[in-house]
Amino acid sequence: MNVTFSMLDTTLTVVLEGELDHHNIKDVRELIDLRIERARPSHLIMDLRGVPFSDSSGIALVLGRYKLMTAAGGSMEVRNVSPQIKKIFLLSGVDKLMTVK
Amino acid sequence: MKCVNEMKLEFVSRSANEGFARVAVAAFVAQLDPTVDELSEIKTIVSEAVTNSIVHGYKDGLGIVYIAVRLYENNRIVLTVRDKGCGIEDVAKAMEPMYTSCENGERAGMGFTIMRTFSDRIRVSSRVGRGTRVTMERYLASRVHRKG
Repeated sequence: MNVTFSMLDTTLTVVLEGELDHHNIKDVRELIDLRIERARPSHLIMDLRGVPFSDSSGIALVLGRYKLMTAAGGSMEVRNVSPQIKKIFLLSGVDKLMTVK
Repeated sequence: MKCVNEMKLEFVSRSANEGFARVAVAAFVAQLDPTVDELSEIKTIVSEAVTNSIVHGYKDGLGIVYIAVRLYENNRIVLTVRDKGCGIEDVAKAMEPMYTSCENGERAGMGFTIMRTFSDRIRVSSRVGRGTRVTMERYLASRVHRKG
């Protein structure tokens, strides 16, 4: 899984590339959390333009980062989701917590 | 209804094989000419069931994950994912949305909900200490032109 970070003001954008499943997420989670710890963003954007597929592991990844961000008084959003990902995010109510585009 | 084709697949419960399982089942089901949406939903339920076997069934070690797919005349797919892992004590509870038995990691507890939503019928049988079998049925929308 490819992870790219960029920071603009206090917004951290994470662009992911690959399929979001239990295997691929293992290392990604730590990488993202480490960067959040260091950069201390007030807003996190998870850009899934390079992610054609996700199972519930992807839901867990997003919800976990949401907990982290909101615990520190911040916010997050998810962008550029594929139709398949939109479906499972809606099913699990992720869209009720944050913007999913 | 006649079974027109079937396959069986088995592999070690390493997470690296989750993607392989998705692609293998999708490749086999492709002969029924599913839509892109149908294929992605089938890949998702494969991913959920296989991940459950790897993460929960064989949480204390390695084992074999068994997949069987049967294709029927009326565009019906029967997919079975089975393991000889620790088994589920309370299946009904395990299938509750957002329930997860995972203590340390991060799991959404949505696996069974997704499997239930993306299949037309799901059956889970399990025995503690013996293993778990998940059988899912999915009808594909019928096609006018079928591939020979």
